[in-house]
Amino acid sequence: MTWFKKTKEIRMEKKGKTPEGLWVKCDGCKEIIYKKEIEKNLKICPKCNYHFRISARERLKFLVDEGSFVETDATLESLDPLNFRDSASYKDRLRDNQKKSGLNEAVIAGDALIKGIPVSLIIMDFHFMGGSMGSVVGEKVARTAERALEKEQPFIAVSASGGARMQEGIFSLMQMAKVSAAVGRLKEAGILYISILCDPTFGGVTASFATLGDIIIAEPKSLIGFAGPRVIEQTIKQPLPDDFQRADFLLDHGLIDLVVDRKNLRDTLARLFELLL
Amino acid sequence: MIRYYLEFERPLEELELKIDELKRLSDGKDIDISKEIKKLEKKVKDLRSEIFSSLTAWQKTLIARHPDRPYTLDYINLITTDFVEMHGDRRYSDDPSIVAGIAKINTMPVAIIGHQKGRGTKERIYRNFGQPHPEGYRKALRVMKIAEKFKRPIITFIDTPGAFPGIGAEERGQAEAIAMNLMEMSQMKTPIISVVIGEGGSGGALALGVADRLFMLEHSTYSVISPEGCAAILMRKEGEIGTDDFSRAAEILKLTAQDLMGFKIIDGIIPEPLGGAHRDPEETAKSISELILVVLEELKAKPTGKLLEERYRRYRKMGSFTEGVL
Ligand SMILES: [Zn+2]
Repeated sequence: MTWFKKTKEIRMEKKGKTPEGLWVKCDGCKEIIYKKEIEKNLKICPKCNYHFRISARERLKFLVDEGSFVETDATLESLDPLNFRDSASYKDRLRDNQKKSGLNEAVIAGDALIKGIPVSLIIMDFHFMGGSMGSVVGEKVARTAERALEKEQPFIAVSASGGARMQEGIFSLMQMAKVSAAVGRLKEAGILYISILCDPTFGGVTASFATLGDIIIAEPKSLIGFAGPRVIEQTIKQPLPDDFQRADFLLDHGLIDLVVDRKNLRDTLARLFELLL
Repeated sequence: MIRYYLEFERPLEELELKIDELKRLSDGKDIDISKEIKKLEKKVKDLRSEIFSSLTAWQKTLIARHPDRPYTLDYINLITTDFVEMHGDRRYSDDPSIVAGIAKINTMPVAIIGHQKGRGTKERIYRNFGQPHPEGYRKALRVMKIAEKFKRPIITFIDTPGAFPGIGAEERGQAEAIAMNLMEMSQMKTPIISVVIGEGGSGGALALGVADRLFMLEHSTYSVISPEGCAAILMRKEGEIGTDDFSRAAEILKLTAQDLMGFKIIDGIIPEPLGGAHRDPEETAKSISELILVVLEELKAKPTGKLLEERYRRYRKMGSFTEGVL
């Protein structure tokens, strides 16, 4: 899928810019900021409100009530159905990413409370193979949606992904159908599904469960789309508008409901629960 | 007749041109020449069998994209009668890269929807090389809903390099249009059969392909990413990429009908005439329609609840993972 190109590109661009050491340069305002100051501010730049990318674990801490998270399906691992190998084998790549991220896969799943309301949720992690969706991500999303259905509680999906995982070929593509079918059952049953899109979300994830929420929320300035900007530029051979595929661009084009600051996300969710449940 | 030969078919071109030449000379009256023609034709057939019995994944990719390969409208013309094409998504425009309508196969009315590539420069551009915009997917969904309402089965033909990557496509929700089709097709209360007739290019292909039964033509492909796209990612650091890289990428992606049959992703392979579907579109169309009719009988016999539950399970079990114990 074309969006993979972009995924890697984003990763390359941002390399070395993620908070390391004591000081960090903000991608938004280019100011040098004391790292601790950002960390105690939900990894948001205090000067310009730039939202740094965060890991799934960090996200979990900000999003759910303390101590309420019960993780599920933590031991699922891909079987490498294509026996995929380029410069390194997919198996090795998975192992490296597991070591690097401390995660088994590009998503964590489970049940938790958000402002006292029980929810089933998945949180994707862009740092694990670009948050790409292969069999395990697809399975965990589907199981979590099914659990929300069974427990009759909201399904919350927080996405950050380059799209489908190339290394699992057709199996990755079919995850798109699987997860879309699973969230389809929520609609039928009247279960609330809120999709939260973070920087970046593309390809097979936006083209499946991530855009199927009853309510779709994006973090400020997140890059969100189907095809990656580089691929689009190469195809149409024109420069792209400055704000192209940014959260506000999606809001202007009627593709999402809300752009919500990380700080206000819990309150926004609580208000929606209050209004809809 | 002007034929288009792929590079690995070049040895055939020479022989077939010679046959054409001899035919023109003889008028069928000269016995010696007739014998020579027969001999050459046998040689062509043997050579073609040889070439086509050991195609690589990349060669199959090229056949799947062959400019003479029959497209959705060709099959509609060959398989159906009384086709009424429907247009537009009622929201923005009509997308010619997807055709959709109702027609009869034998006496059975069905909805037929497929990606449509163009032949010749002008039509290719008109069809946007078979790369839909959101309105194409929304038109497809609209026609599927009509089929559901009037209890007609849905047949889809898949043949696209992928959904179009463009500014307008993004502005109008390309991702949402595809996602919506995946979700709606998973719940459509009528039988769905999908056939990959050429190129199954990732999400843009799948958006017409959530079905009760999925088949592929013998030399079609279906993949999460094109070999070119895959090669570009894998060879990123090494500069220029070319045919060898595409070939290698096609191999590791396991995108042929035979690969997908092995993975149990598809339900069957529809054989193509020797040399590919374009060598005998009528024969290919006949194989497709015979299969559709048999499978439709089976699907129509299922109560809707069972049909939908089985469709859900079909996708639900797709995936390749292991589950350990904590
Ligand atoms: Zn800043």
